[in-house]
Amino acid sequence: MMKIINYLDHIDKRWIYLVLAIAVIFPFLFPIGCPMKITPPVSNMYNYINDSIPEGGVMLVSVDYDPSTMAELHPMGKALITHCFSKNIRVFLMGLYPPGVGLAQDMISNTLEEWNKSNPDNIKILGNDISLFAFVPGVSVVILKMGEDIRGTFNTDAYGNDLDSLPIMAGVNTYNDIDYMVDLAGSSVILSWIIYANGRYNQKMGIGTTAVSMAEYYAYLNSGQANGMLGGLKGAAEYEALLIKNNVSQDRNQASIGMDAQSSGHLTYIIFIIVGNIIYFIKRKKEK
Amino acid sequence: MIKGKGIPLAISFLTGTIIIIAFFIPHAPFGSFEEISLRWYSIIAGFTMLLGVDSLLRLHTNKIKRKENHWAYSIVLLFGFLLIVIVGIISTIRYGNAFLTGSGFMYMYDNMIIPLQSTMFSLLAFFIASAAYRAFRARNFDATLLLITAIIVMFGRVPISEMISPKIPIFTEWIMSVPQMAAKRGIIIGIALGAIGVSLRIILGIERSYLS
Repeated sequence: MMKIINYLDHIDKRWIYLVLAIAVIFPFLFPIGCPMKITPPVSNMYNYINDSIPEGGVMLVSVDYDPSTMAELHPMGKALITHCFSKNIRVFLMGLYPPGVGLAQDMISNTLEEWNKSNPDNIKILGNDISLFAFVPGVSVVILKMGEDIRGTFNTDAYGNDLDSLPIMAGVNTYNDIDYMVDLAGSSVILSWIIYANGRYNQKMGIGTTAVSMAEYYAYLNSGQANGMLGGLKGAAEYEALLIKNNVSQDRNQASIGMDAQSSGHLTYIIFIIVGNIIYFIKRKKEK
Repeated sequence: MIKGKGIPLAISFLTGTIIIIAFFIPHAPFGSFEEISLRWYSIIAGFTMLLGVDSLLRLHTNKIKRKENHWAYSIVLLFGFLLIVIVGIISTIRYGNAFLTGSGFMYMYDNMIIPLQSTMFSLLAFFIASAAYRAFRARNFDATLLLITAIIVMFGRVPISEMISPKIPIFTEWIMSVPQMAAKRGIIIGIALGAIGVSLRIILGIERSYLS
């Protein structure tokens, strides 16, 4: 018995890596299709976009993350854009940091392609229905300046077109013309949006953040400074489930598919913790 | 007449006071001061990046010169650094903005930086697995409490928990939005009070360690 315990205690960590790799890859090959409980922070955001933004309204999505947190945050952006497309809401994307601009471009091209393929009767066009502001350095300065003059802040979109020449810009000048904004970030830049856009300009906003960061923002959700929050891949998967439930999307998307792998991964971690502790207690008892 | 250390102290006092006034009176002439000072901050922060680049290049050139352990990786780093800088400059000259779609810089970003960064971060999952197996032990009451809560939240945050009991995700959400938030709010208020205290000490010239 002690031989097995000692072996498990000193097991080569490569076995641990292998078990985890199998646990994560397996659900991609054989999907589990777990049920999805929709939590209030997600349904609040969904309902606000669905019921409170009029057709032709404006939504802003700030892509403030880099590729390291892309797996969790990218599906959120895609789900939000798809929802806006279904409601004929104009979508603006922007990035306060250079990496975000590249990821936003990827998000736009993927979402446009998928949407136009499955909705040939409601084609969406870059510059008419969706746009990406050019990158402007300054972070908090950019957020503040947008409250005074959005066109003057960015001048062009990320593709080099003059903002004044874009049909999507009709009537969009300051935060007063933006019905809702969601900041997608895994860092404290969300606080800058809360302090300046919400605090100073009363911009109605929601948060999309990584699972590890979401604990940070419950206080702002509770205070009403943000009215909804998507937390980690689960938040994105819940949003996708709402899109499917309301016939906006037909198939399971990136986050929903990834949730099976995450379920299996979390379960593996829990098993590792339990096994590790059993070994610890047996060894401690033996040593006494 | 203000001279010597009095000059930076006076600048700190004036800047701090005006920014506090600007927060409560966001009208001319104070209104735009916050925006201007944030812009100055961005410019200064840009120069600190130069210091970072200098330090990075120095560290790795020294590593190559001395042929320290894994010095070959430093060559890869320097090559990558120079390549992205050169492509960035060429893209800016050619397109006017390196971040425009179709520029060489964005091509490198999409096809090299995104996959590399994603891979680096995903490796973390394996280290966490190893740590979960070896280090996460119920050594005492506090550690046990943390361990049990972590397991509940970890399990409740994935949909498979719903298959076992629909109450698990509800309980997880309660943990996050009640005890967790209460503790977090306490920490946030504590940090804010501390920041106010330190700011006042700097504005009033009591705290001078930044001068040394």
